[in-house]
Amino acid sequence: MTPAPTHDLRQLIARHRLWEQAFTILGLLALLIGLLVLLGLFLQLAVTGAPRLTPEFFTAFPSRLAEKAGILSAWVGSLLVMLVTACTAIPLGVAAGVYLEEYAPKNWLTAIIEINVMNLAGVPSIIYGLLALGLFVYQFGFGQSILSAGLTLALLILPIVIVATREALRAVPGSIREAAYALGATRWQMVSQHVVPYSAGGVMTGVIIGLSRAIGETAPIITIGALTFIAFLPTPPVTGEFPFLSFQWLKDPFTVLPIQMFNWTSRPEEAFQLNAAAAGVVLLVMTLTMNAVAIWLRYRIRRTIKW
Amino acid sequence: MRFNSTLIPAIAALLLVAGTAAAEPKIVKIDGSSTVFPITEAVAEEFQNSKRGAVRVTVGISGTGGGFKKFCRGETDISGASRPILKKEMDACREAGIQYIELPVAYDALTVVVNPQNDWLKSITVDELKKMWEPGAQQNVTKWNQVNPAWPDQALKLFGPGADSGTFDYFTEAVVGKAKSSRGDYTASEDDNVLVKGVTMDKGALGYFGYAYFAENSKKLKAVPVVAAVGKPAVSPSPETVKNGSYQPLSRPVFIYINAKSLDKPEVKEFVDFYLNQAPALVPTVKYVPLPEKAYQLAKEHIAKKKLGTAFGGEPDVGVTVEELLQREGKL
Repeated sequence: MTPAPTHDLRQLIARHRLWEQAFTILGLLALLIGLLVLLGLFLQLAVTGAPRLTPEFFTAFPSRLAEKAGILSAWVGSLLVMLVTACTAIPLGVAAGVYLEEYAPKNWLTAIIEINVMNLAGVPSIIYGLLALGLFVYQFGFGQSILSAGLTLALLILPIVIVATREALRAVPGSIREAAYALGATRWQMVSQHVVPYSAGGVMTGVIIGLSRAIGETAPIITIGALTFIAFLPTPPVTGEFPFLSFQWLKDPFTVLPIQMFNWTSRPEEAFQLNAAAAGVVLLVMTLTMNAVAIWLRYRIRRTIKW
Repeated sequence: MRFNSTLIPAIAALLLVAGTAAAEPKIVKIDGSSTVFPITEAVAEEFQNSKRGAVRVTVGISGTGGGFKKFCRGETDISGASRPILKKEMDACREAGIQYIELPVAYDALTVVVNPQNDWLKSITVDELKKMWEPGAQQNVTKWNQVNPAWPDQALKLFGPGADSGTFDYFTEAVVGKAKSSRGDYTASEDDNVLVKGVTMDKGALGYFGYAYFAENSKKLKAVPVVAAVGKPAVSPSPETVKNGSYQPLSRPVFIYINAKSLDKPEVKEFVDFYLNQAPALVPTVKYVPLPEKAYQLAKEHIAKKKLGTAFGGEPDVGVTVEELLQREGKL
């Protein structure tokens, strides 16, 4: 066989280069579409809502007068619901992830559980709302409270936390486990003192991504009956008399930011649309901040670990 | 990390004690119609300001029907309704042992609106509305000239509230003659802003919703004067025509229903008194029409005497005056 003339080879290489460049541009465009849409949305909201983003907006209760209305009860509600969600989803999700990854025997039962955890991540959020309405609100008698909402959202993000925990655990090299065993550690010692601390960055990231999804959820919260007009704050958790701690706030009625926004957009008065945009900016900033914290944490923890 | 094994039960015990020790705060729970919501919200806001936070008032929007479901399970103290309680809701309340007091609190004018570019429609008769909206019109009446030959050959696009709304119930009762009887092929939305937007975008559109949404969008929409019957004058919706009773049959009272047992709680009683005292001043600020002064007086007497039941007996009723309603015997 005679080698192909250099001329042909050059053409071939040039064509392949062209394809490569074409894909780079395509990929960049695909990336930009996502970014630009978010940026455009954010800018539009920010420009519309900017005049309403005053300190009073954060310290005022909702009102029938658009200029006086604020998001105090909504952001406090969102924060408290997130607190309950985090306190429930993190221990449950991390424990389940650790068990599945480190303890569970590999048999058909765990395979079914694994598949179902994956499936749960894809269940529409309103289904969780319906489940919670029957279970938490009526069966357990928690009512339309912060507790019910927090537990509902915890269920919603549980699969995300479990999957993230497992991914993070898997990233810890097997040699670490073997080394721990070799030094006579029990499985619990190996997990609690080595594998879990090393994977903390990944777990945190998963948790925060889950929480930032939960904070924007509206459907399940509406289903369990969050209220639209709340012009008071939940009972403070710290009281002046013994035992100084009160958990009454768990049972208090509440509203959250997405519901407040929804209510404002359906008002007849034009001025409330500005309030909705301003509340949207606050919600977006909260979500972006949480995601930024997740990235920062991952970076910090990764840096301290070297194997 | 090592936990002190005695510390955990101690903390748990503390939390348990703390959870049970707190006293229930005073609360007035309200839910129901989105039409009544703005009025109740205004009253709730002022009430809480005047009580300086000593009483909590929550207001939800579940729709008239959804509100009654909660009300008849005893979950709420007060339910807002843009139509009177229906037979099956009365039954549900009776089974649960819930007794109630029915109070009209304001008037609303259902407003028929068209696009401002619509230059052919100067007024509309109830019969013409019926031709557009009755179930038989489905798929058949799709052009304006099918309703009235004088109107152009333009596609007719209809916008209205969804079937869960009290507004829908009242409009169908007043126009078609039977509640909930309507064609299905129109753009339905529980969010009136969607209807406003729909009508402003389409020259051949016609829609109906509460007066407040028209009042806020009067530059983008045209309200159509309604002719109640042959020989009657065409009347535009406005606070005046609602008050003097000439805007018929589309002006309607809206109600609150109060759980009789809740009324024994001082905070609920106080709230209802506040509601009736403040309504004449607050109702116009949210673009509804206040009842005559006498009606509020009668309502206060009903509260004082605890006059139970509905004046409607579970049947919708179009075109009765509020005074007449308040004089009727209540049924439970």
